[in-house]
Amino acid sequence: MSAEQTQVSGVVGVLESVGRKSLGLFEEIGRFFFILHATVYWTFRRPFDGKEWMRQMVRVGVDSLPVVGLTSMFTGMVLALQTYRGFERFHAEGFVASVVSLSLTRELAPVLASLMIAGRVGSSLAAELGTMRVTEQIDALYAMATEPIQYLVVPRVGATTVMLPPLVAIANGLGIFGGYAISVALMGANPVTYWEKTFQYLDLNDVSSGLIKAAVFGLILSVTGCSKGFFTTGGAEGVGRATTSAVVMGSVVILVSDFFLTKILF
Amino acid sequence: MATGERGEGGQAAAPPKIAVIDLYKSFAGREVLRGVNLEVEAGESLVIVGGSGAGKSVLIKHLIGLITPERGHVIIDGEDLTNCEPARCLAIRRKFGMSFQEGALFDSMTVFENIAFPLRRHAHMDEAAIVARVQECLALVHLDGTGGKATSELSGGMRRRVGFARAISLQPEILLFDEPNTGLDPITSAVIDTVILEMRERLDVTMVTITHDMKSAFRIADRIAMLRNGQITAIARPDVFRSLADPYIQKFLTGEPLEEEVA
Repeated sequence: MSAEQTQVSGVVGVLESVGRKSLGLFEEIGRFFFILHATVYWTFRRPFDGKEWMRQMVRVGVDSLPVVGLTSMFTGMVLALQTYRGFERFHAEGFVASVVSLSLTRELAPVLASLMIAGRVGSSLAAELGTMRVTEQIDALYAMATEPIQYLVVPRVGATTVMLPPLVAIANGLGIFGGYAISVALMGANPVTYWEKTFQYLDLNDVSSGLIKAAVFGLILSVTGCSKGFFTTGGAEGVGRATTSAVVMGSVVILVSDFFLTKILF
Repeated sequence: MATGERGEGGQAAAPPKIAVIDLYKSFAGREVLRGVNLEVEAGESLVIVGGSGAGKSVLIKHLIGLITPERGHVIIDGEDLTNCEPARCLAIRRKFGMSFQEGALFDSMTVFENIAFPLRRHAHMDEAAIVARVQECLALVHLDGTGGKATSELSGGMRRRVGFARAISLQPEILLFDEPNTGLDPITSAVIDTVILEMRERLDVTMVTITHDMKSAFRIADRIAMLRNGQITAIARPDVFRSLADPYIQKFLTGEPLEEEVA
């Protein structure tokens, strides 16, 4: 009898924890869409804060350029190196250029740039808003009849969404240049043929799909960062937790949505 | 229902500035407010006292709409703050100035920018007028000349006073103070009370303060309300409040432990 009871309470325990986990997940998703909805709502209402948008665009775009550029350039270089070793085995070295340019523009530049930005910007959004939440600065904004979503979240989400495509465009260029440099300098590829092959199979659609992805990822990672920060509870520790999970969740959601975006749209 | 009753009854006498009607709120299953009823007359200074965790902060945040109640209403000048369009809510909130526990100053801005913030957002003033208004507000809290300081350079008492200056910059009709004296030494605390009284004298405002500092409550209150177990258990003028027979209030006044809480 008592063994049975233990078993039952064990099952109940498992069910309870599954329930709690799924409630937590739904809560998370709910918060994400709450922030997303509120951001869209407040974006088109006065007052428009051009100065703050500019400041955030510099912070997200200009300040992220070195890290995104480096990431992309080395990815292009490594890609050239790896595909060359592979293609060499069936004498298709000529296609290295096409593979580098296609995979960079369609996939690697947008995803890697977004992951770097999730680490750099998503985390700082969560930390900044989280600190403002636990020190009542967000309440103070409400109290001063200023909608914090409009004042804090709109420019940050907007700037990230707007700045990711140009960042990725630059990343595309630098990555392709990295591949070119390695192939020509190290592998002895013909510079003219390499250049031709780079663009031979590259459609405008490849580039634009990558840029659209970048904008979507920018939206996702900034909304995630802001929602983590906005709903922070529990003091300094809470801010730390929000920051970490902004990066982890942001990255995971970028990778998952990357699959669906690629599958459905392009 | 409750709103209607109050509306009809309130026609005869002067309507209250703030009316709280049957307010309920719980967090994670714990009921913090259990039917709070409260009226604040225009121009009076009401101090709400209560033990730590009694729900004072939760109550004051309801007054300005920072928290949405589960049940009940908060009526400001006859308008229901708990049930309004987002834009209308913002307009009602503009009647308020609120001072937060630790000041809640924007740490990315200087003292001047903090006080100028609401002016820049709402007042459509030119820069010279903003500068003049900020200086006026700083003078009111005796902090002339500190405008250029970073908020991190300020002491606890100064932070509160900058918070006051920011709260009054838009000439609010209602001022809310969330624990203005917490964590301050007795002298600084008295200075804060003096500043509050001075603001009251010079500005035509209704004030609601929450505190657990009885000394301060007696200094600044027209009426004192006791919040206990999520309800207002007593509300009276300071001299009457002092002589109330309620054993909890007497212990609260003298600072003695309750038998049930010691065990």
